[in-house]
Amino acid sequence: MGGGSDMYRQQILDHYKNPRNHGELDDATFSHTGENPSCGDTITVDVRLEEDDETIDYMAFSGDGCAISQASASMLSQRLQGMTLDELEAMDTDDITEMLGVDISPMRIKCAVLARQVAQDGAKLHEGEIDDLDITKTED
Amino acid sequence: MEAPEQEPYPLDIEAVRADFPILQRKVGGDVTVPGEDEGDTKPLVYLDNAATSHTPDPVVDAIADYYRSYNSNVHRGIHHLSQEASVAYENAHDRVAEFIGAEGREEVVFTKNTTEAENLVAYAWGLNELGPEDNVVLTEMEHHASLVTWQQIGKRTGADVRFIRVDEDGRLDMDHARELVDDDTAMANVVHVSNTLGTVNPVAELADLVHDHDGLIFVDGAQSVPHMPVDVDAIDADFFAFSGHKMCGPTGIGVLYGKEHLLEEMEPYLYGGEMIRKVTFEDSEWEDLPWKFEAGTPVIAQGIALHAAIDYLEDIGMENVHAHEQLLAEYAYDRLTEQDDVDIYGPPGDDRAGLVAFNLDGVHAHDLSSILNDHAVAVRAGDHCTQPLHDKLGVAASARASFYIYNTREEIDKLVEAVDDARQLFA
Repeated sequence: MGGGSDMYRQQILDHYKNPRNHGELDDATFSHTGENPSCGDTITVDVRLEEDDETIDYMAFSGDGCAISQASASMLSQRLQGMTLDELEAMDTDDITEMLGVDISPMRIKCAVLARQVAQDGAKLHEGEIDDLDITKTED
Repeated sequence: MEAPEQEPYPLDIEAVRADFPILQRKVGGDVTVPGEDEGDTKPLVYLDNAATSHTPDPVVDAIADYYRSYNSNVHRGIHHLSQEASVAYENAHDRVAEFIGAEGREEVVFTKNTTEAENLVAYAWGLNELGPEDNVVLTEMEHHASLVTWQQIGKRTGADVRFIRVDEDGRLDMDHARELVDDDTAMANVVHVSNTLGTVNPVAELADLVHDHDGLIFVDGAQSVPHMPVDVDAIDADFFAFSGHKMCGPTGIGVLYGKEHLLEEMEPYLYGGEMIRKVTFEDSEWEDLPWKFEAGTPVIAQGIALHAAIDYLEDIGMENVHAHEQLLAEYAYDRLTEQDDVDIYGPPGDDRAGLVAFNLDGVHAHDLSSILNDHAVAVRAGDHCTQPLHDKLGVAASARASFYIYNTREEIDKLVEAVDDARQLFA
């Protein structure tokens, strides 16, 4: 099968069916939730930092939604290990599509980037860069 | 094994399909720009007609003819082109009136779409007439266009907004309707055909109920007028609305039907241009119906094209349109219910309009829609602007296949094959 089916190549489906680092952390340094209102995807990200309060030791996630949103969170949880918060905040959409390794159609891109946005907003809240942000919502 | 004999289509499917060149397109692969190399693509299977239908050549020709031959503003010009455009635009109102059983053009207001028609009544009538002692009755299967609109008008006026329950089969609970509608019911706004459940609501019965209590009823015909014969007089609707682009017409035109005496009594919703008769620095007078509600330069090309769309559909015959869709809906319902892991929402196949919203176990509707797209099968995925109804159904989203005059049983077979593929991929 060709074309857009690449979106569902084995790696994505594998992460969707067997999500890595799925669950919640009792000792999270910060935790944040986001949703994709138009399709009901939800992601909660729990991040534990190392003693330097800068390097990511572990990210866990939980939530519900389409294969793209959940697989993206699973892959991100692996990717973030050992990264700094600055590096996390510098991640853009291209980094996510590269991480997923497949073409994501424009209609689905917000599913793909939800976990990244939740983690980034969580980090910003933790660092006091923003406040009054209860929940991350992707734009339509 | 010989295939079982199938009922013939009630319309000439080959001839109909030939009127829609877009159906010859191939899609899929990575190609999204028309005219580019079509590469690894498949013939389009377009099952998203409840969102918008395609436009046949005679309607495209009507638009092109207007712009090429007599493009002009209406009513103001004394010159020849303006007269041609004015006559064509006024005739379009007459044609719509005839099509839906209205008394005449005075009862037919052209809007941008169904949503604008809903808002027109909500603002022009609702804001002025409603107060805390009143209530507005909607249904749980209402489209956001009416649900959100009356919700907001309710907040501003203090009117109570209540919802007729949808039962387990996806039909309105009429006992509940009789409980909700009372002497304080000023307006009921009900969807004629649910764009999610496919339910055809007993709108004439609801109109009787509301009228018994001296209330008004607004019927949302966005999913009925394109697909079945509709007579606003037989329903006894006070207001009725639908959109051109779901019935072979262009985008940018909708229709608000209103009983003449009600439209007469209502204040305009938008001011300026076409709707004004006389202005002084102190006061203004409004134009006669329906122009009173068509401010600014109106939707001229769209109105003329809607006329052409109605001619096109009536050439086929609305009874035939309806029969064709019934046949497809039943076929799709049967083929999808054969699968144990597919949930279909709404009433059974012989009692629904030509659309089927469903979910495949374990596959999010958006994933399903993406995989169907790989098979060049176009469906809608999401909440179809009925989010509270989806909440009630307990699902975040569904996939919806919706049919029209040019769809075939073979296309539904392709839909089912694509669903099989999604099942295997996610197994």
